[in-house]
Amino acid sequence: MSAGSADRGSWLIRGAEVAGPGGRATVDILLADGTIAAIDTGLAEAGAQVIDAAGLIALPGLVDLHTHLREPGREDAETVETGTRAAALGGYTAVHAMANTEPVADTAGVVEQVWRLGRAAGYCDVRPVGAVTVGLAGTSLAELGTMADSAARVRVFSDDGRCVADPLLMRRALEYVKAFDGVIAQHAQDPRLTEDAQLNEGEMSGRLGLAGWPAVAEEAIIARDCLLAAHVGSALHVCHVSTAGSAEIIRWAKSKGWPVTAEVTPHHLLLTDELAVGYDPVFKVNPPLRTAADVAELRRALADGTIDCVATDHAPHPVEAKETEWSEAAFGMIGLETALRVVQQAMVDTGLLDWAGVADRMSVRPARIGRLTGHGAPLAVGGPANLTLYDPASAEVVSPAGASKSRNTPFAGMRLPGRVVATFLRGAPTVLDGKLA
Amino acid sequence: MKRHLISAADLSRGDALLILDTAEELARIADRPIKKLPTLRGRTVVNLFFEDSTRTRISFEAAAKRLSADVINFSAKGSSVAKGESLKDTALTLEAMGADAVVIRHGASGAAHRLAGWVQGSVVNAGDGTHEHPTQALLDAFTIRRRLRGPRGSQGGGLDGLRVTIVGDVLHSRVARSNVLLLSTLGAEVTLTAPPTLLPFAVDTWPCAVSYDLDSELPKSDVVMMLRVQQERMTAAFFPSVREYRRRYGLDATRMARLPDHAIVMHPGPMNRGVEIAAEVADSPRSTIVEQVANGVTIRMAVLYLLLGGTEFPAVAS
Repeated sequence: MSAGSADRGSWLIRGAEVAGPGGRATVDILLADGTIAAIDTGLAEAGAQVIDAAGLIALPGLVDLHTHLREPGREDAETVETGTRAAALGGYTAVHAMANTEPVADTAGVVEQVWRLGRAAGYCDVRPVGAVTVGLAGTSLAELGTMADSAARVRVFSDDGRCVADPLLMRRALEYVKAFDGVIAQHAQDPRLTEDAQLNEGEMSGRLGLAGWPAVAEEAIIARDCLLAAHVGSALHVCHVSTAGSAEIIRWAKSKGWPVTAEVTPHHLLLTDELAVGYDPVFKVNPPLRTAADVAELRRALADGTIDCVATDHAPHPVEAKETEWSEAAFGMIGLETALRVVQQAMVDTGLLDWAGVADRMSVRPARIGRLTGHGAPLAVGGPANLTLYDPASAEVVSPAGASKSRNTPFAGMRLPGRVVATFLRGAPTVLDGKLA
Repeated sequence: MKRHLISAADLSRGDALLILDTAEELARIADRPIKKLPTLRGRTVVNLFFEDSTRTRISFEAAAKRLSADVINFSAKGSSVAKGESLKDTALTLEAMGADAVVIRHGASGAAHRLAGWVQGSVVNAGDGTHEHPTQALLDAFTIRRRLRGPRGSQGGGLDGLRVTIVGDVLHSRVARSNVLLLSTLGAEVTLTAPPTLLPFAVDTWPCAVSYDLDSELPKSDVVMMLRVQQERMTAAFFPSVREYRRRYGLDATRMARLPDHAIVMHPGPMNRGVEIAAEVADSPRSTIVEQVANGVTIRMAVLYLLLGGTEFPAVAS
């Protein structure tokens, strides 16, 4: 299928709960011609296909600011097609594809290729992220303006996987993208403080004999970048915040009114470094899993808006990249298919966030940070028919085998609440009854 | 006993004492004209060594052979591993060849743990990265007990109340990790002494004390265990120079004189004479370094015997 060619027809979603600022309401939602035609009670079918959404929550289609689709180059781990299928099953209607492909997405040619692959697959909108520096090498700026002007219309730039460690280069990148309303998404990791680092530096790393990854390696870069962003008046987005200290620095920067935003991953909201005890590299990730105290503080920061959004950092790897010694294994976890469920467990079921808050942190704010139009609008008549129907009362054990080509999920075997029942992209279902449509 | 020996933390006090007491029985065989026992006849022990360590490998080899096991030495250098074979594939190969026990030495922390998930036989950790080296800790405990409690009277007893000071590069030492766990399990009071740069981040959560000052620890020590310091640590700014390290943390004759008369000096080897330990200390009567090597074979016999469930216990007539 491809966008626009699917038989959109019209759909009547009957009896869904919509969470808004004014509380929750049970409504019918009529989707027609790619937009939300009506939201009301007792809507008539008028030839529309009907979905009984009793007990389901309707959320605006989720937007991921941080996805690794691996194509081009590592199609053994994921392709744009398989990755966006996983995204749709997770309730996403748009994803930002990170630049660390082979070749690196540091030219208009590569970002346009990724963008076109996304259009061809049609499961969700793919927004390529452009590399900040040529080849992610951290030495010279990539052609950011050309990528911004390309058909992919890149607005988010990141060397994710590597830190733009050179302070001068970071300053220039922040300044330069102001010309086209871009944002630099920084992977905050001081390279010297994390040489050979394997696991959060703490009790576990010492006990397991794994080289420590200190929190300060992340926090020092975030502090520096916040100061730079303030100095040049440019937009900084902080990727995958993982420590309590990072959240505190961002809270401080925001209190000054500085243009700083931040994301947290689902796994950093739920898992801790104690899981490394069996040396299973499925728990090896960059930044590393931290302590329970960090998890608690990240949840609090997401709840109070210090951290703007949840981003998956979906990082597929083939089996052999994880069936090794810990130090040999690749960093990263997949997460598109489980993100919303993890957020329910960590944030909603704990009372920290309501469903309106989830819509804000997983759709509205990430779309705003990504300068993405057509997504992330609260459900309203006339708006784009991008939405997700979710059953919070369901609960199931996570299987490692999903739509992603890779199986490196740290949640395998865990019982998580919730189930994505349906996803609509511009009025056309990409997921129905929990399966790809 | 569990099926594997991967961490000293896996050993209860009872397990540890069983190994030490079994080793004590086996030590008597070493005094016999014929040192070999038939207990593990027909069993296969693979020595899987990804790091060069002749000392440890031949110690395990001697132990297995004295128990009549068949021994296969698999050195990663020049093998399929050097050609890029994964640890898992190597494990499956050994499995197909019917290894009853795999003794593994590997540069990556957790390698023994991972291997245990891929093979049916017993796994003995002979040193994994900067994690653990449990048979070294057992042979050290055995050596301490024999020296300070006597070979006969010590059977069944722990190391309760003994004060052990471990000196040097604790951060990168698998020997230190295993010793802290095992010696504390056996009732010893362990103190780690090192420059702060060479202590792990959360060492305050370990079952031991910490000191930066060697001179103040020596008069209180029954045992002082010197760790090898690798000179490349200097380039990573762990300490300024070998000369300064030796001044502050090296054990020379003057420092040794601060020890109580009965105290012993240990070193897991290989030593850097003139760096962490002076030659006159290494060669002094307090030094147990050569005994440690001999005891290593005995302890490894006991471990293999207990893990592989040898049927004929070597009841020694005394």
